[in-house]
Amino acid sequence: MATEGTYYVPEQSKLPIFASFGLFLTVFGAANWINGSDNGPMMFMAGGFVMAVVLWNWFSTVIDENMNGLNSPQLKRSYVWGMGWFIFSEVMFFAAFFGALYYIRNFSLPWLAGEGDHSSMTPEVLWPGFEAHWPLMTTPDMAANGEAAKVLGPAQNMSGSTVENVWSWLPLWNTIVLMTSSVTVHFAHTAIKKDNRKGFNLWLGITVLLGFIFLGLQAEEYIVAYNDMGLTLESGAYGTTFFMLTGFHGAHVTMGTIMLLVMWLRSMLKGHFKSDDQFGFEAASWYWHFVDVVWVGLFIFVYVFG
Amino acid sequence: MAHGPAKGITRWLYTTNHKDIGSMYLWFSFLMFLLGGVFALVIRAELFEPGLQIVEPEFFNQMTTMHGLVMVFGAVMPAFVGLANWMVPMMIGAPDMALPRMNNWSFWILPFAFAMLASTLFMEGGAPNFGWTFYAPLSTTYAPPSVTFFIFAVHIMGASSIMGAINIIATILNMRAPGMTLMKMPLFVWTWLITAYLLIAVMPVLAGVVTMMLMDIHFGTSFFSAAGGGDPVLFQHVFWFFGHPEVYIMILPAFGVVSAIIPTFARKPLFGYASMVYATASIAFLSFIVWAHHMFTVGMPIAGELFFMYATMLIAVPTGVKVFNWVTTMFKGSMTFETPMLFSVAFVILFTIGGFSGLMLAIAPADFQYHDTYFVVAHFHYVLVPGAIFSITAGVYYWLPKWCGNMYDETMGKMHFWMAFIGLNLTFFPMHFAGLAGMPRRIPDYNMMFADWNMISSVGAFLFGAAQLLFLYNVIATIVSGKKATDRVWEGSHGLEWTVPSPAPYHTFSTPPEVK
Repeated sequence: MATEGTYYVPEQSKLPIFASFGLFLTVFGAANWINGSDNGPMMFMAGGFVMAVVLWNWFSTVIDENMNGLNSPQLKRSYVWGMGWFIFSEVMFFAAFFGALYYIRNFSLPWLAGEGDHSSMTPEVLWPGFEAHWPLMTTPDMAANGEAAKVLGPAQNMSGSTVENVWSWLPLWNTIVLMTSSVTVHFAHTAIKKDNRKGFNLWLGITVLLGFIFLGLQAEEYIVAYNDMGLTLESGAYGTTFFMLTGFHGAHVTMGTIMLLVMWLRSMLKGHFKSDDQFGFEAASWYWHFVDVVWVGLFIFVYVFG
Repeated sequence: MAHGPAKGITRWLYTTNHKDIGSMYLWFSFLMFLLGGVFALVIRAELFEPGLQIVEPEFFNQMTTMHGLVMVFGAVMPAFVGLANWMVPMMIGAPDMALPRMNNWSFWILPFAFAMLASTLFMEGGAPNFGWTFYAPLSTTYAPPSVTFFIFAVHIMGASSIMGAINIIATILNMRAPGMTLMKMPLFVWTWLITAYLLIAVMPVLAGVVTMMLMDIHFGTSFFSAAGGGDPVLFQHVFWFFGHPEVYIMILPAFGVVSAIIPTFARKPLFGYASMVYATASIAFLSFIVWAHHMFTVGMPIAGELFFMYATMLIAVPTGVKVFNWVTTMFKGSMTFETPMLFSVAFVILFTIGGFSGLMLAIAPADFQYHDTYFVVAHFHYVLVPGAIFSITAGVYYWLPKWCGNMYDETMGKMHFWMAFIGLNLTFFPMHFAGLAGMPRRIPDYNMMFADWNMISSVGAFLFGAAQLLFLYNVIATIVSGKKATDRVWEGSHGLEWTVPSPAPYHTFSTPPEVK
């Protein structure tokens, strides 16, 4: 068993170079695909496949090393630091998009409508008739060009101010689902710390299920938005911020659900994790709490006061 | 793990050794430095005389863009990561980086990313041509198709930087030898710790802003389109929220390198160690609240202009502390001027010139005159070339004997220094005058009145370029056939890295040293 002060420097590893190649193939394929090249989708899929294989092997290696007692307490702390700061970097990624929402609502729309511009005629010339409002239903283009406008606002929006019956409001249910899942994942954590395998599997299973329910509801919301509300990515600044914020959050929920699902399968099938050794699960649960906190921000700024 | 390096190419492909990875980062960054340098020389060749002689204006724009991107992301940043990889574990008495496999991944992403970025030069519509700051809508509505490849290249470079930064933080916070308290760490370690935090905080924001571009270009969103309620100025805010800390990402480790070298050759301990640490942290904090000083002329409310002006000027205080400490370290020292010291002294003087021109630019009402002129180009090249590049060069000369076990040729090193020193001042000093007289940046042709200054700049640029070839030759000659270096290397050197043999063994400190 490795102890404090001794250090396990891994042997040479083929994983990183293949991971780099896989990442390159993925993004190169994505860029080709988006630019309309026929080879794009193929390269993208191949890249994704390479990445999946590499990550599978990488995590297996790390798990094996841990099982074999090669990880010193010091190395375990390095993994903890690593996950913690990775989550911080994710926070900053979302900060950019929340910042964009803030800027558009509080600065760019009022300015487009002429606020703070007392001396020049710029707004009247560029976007005559535009008035700042949020959710942005009438874009500057629509205000200025009427029928000829190319960038159209949505027909309906998701704002909390338009909700008649709060109990039939889907974002509220999404909030309840995700908040609950944060509690259940905590119960799972408490259970495994007491070596209560049954409780762990149960609570973690419920968490994963709630993750899938959330994703299902989110998909339903998107379908309604696209089909019935005329709300799309292309619906001006409102559609832009709505879909980019909720979309990236949804992508992170997908990631988190897969992570927790893997942890659940590891426990169910292989009996991994012990009261004193469950960082793999713990890291996934931190990620899950992080995704939950982002949702609370979304619920407040995109839906309730949206 | 007692054994040495593996044989053949797989040593480099599969390595988990911080020294191997450090070397790869350094060689890669030098290659990028030459590539970015060639782009710069195309620019300078075109600007040698007024009128259009050598390249088409469209290609000129691609050159300015690619020069900036390659130098910032390909040369300066990886060079500092290379120095960190080599030196941080040795300086804190650690056996390796905290997460050695991820370390290798961080590196190997870069050659792929830059191959992808460089390949845009051969694509239909050409390479990105919107300047390294890629302002929307130039980089969205009016961009060449290759912008998509640029966006994804930035994405994976960012992933590489974030992983590298996480690794450095975990190493420094978790792997220090017993007794190596935070306030005993060499300043290079401190500056890199703070730089790593900056990286983790802003690289995701860069990823965010290029994602917004991608969505605006291909998926019809309106982040930067006023017609849909967005704002091109939003791009500048998000970009510079990344961009200003990025500037310090490129200079804080430089402070660390210089703070290691000056005490060695002044044969005195660094003056004001604790104040250096606090000054570095203050600069890092301030870097988050000054971003809009790049945007004074874009049309901001007066309150914004004032806030960003005063906040920017505040940075002069901790920076002044640093310059004062370096000068005071040299004061009454028994100084000698080996090549690393020459580069470091030049750093202190010339970086300060860049700092002062920065202070001029920080004055919002004056900036309306300077904005987008060659004065700005002169300013940031003075902080980046004698700042970042000189400190990297100084670091290479300083630590090369420890890395390869051989001493470089001092005469050739000094020759490199003087060529580089004269070359860079010839290149960039006249740009102050051209800029103050109103010559705009990123323009392939110019008014006759700027002809003399530009001719001098171009001559200087080629001299500076030639100096780097001498540098390359000197480094290779040292590795291949240099004289043996001692373990201590320098008479006045202190720190754990000088207690191990030269060349440093493949694995250092597999049992932690005791630090008193």
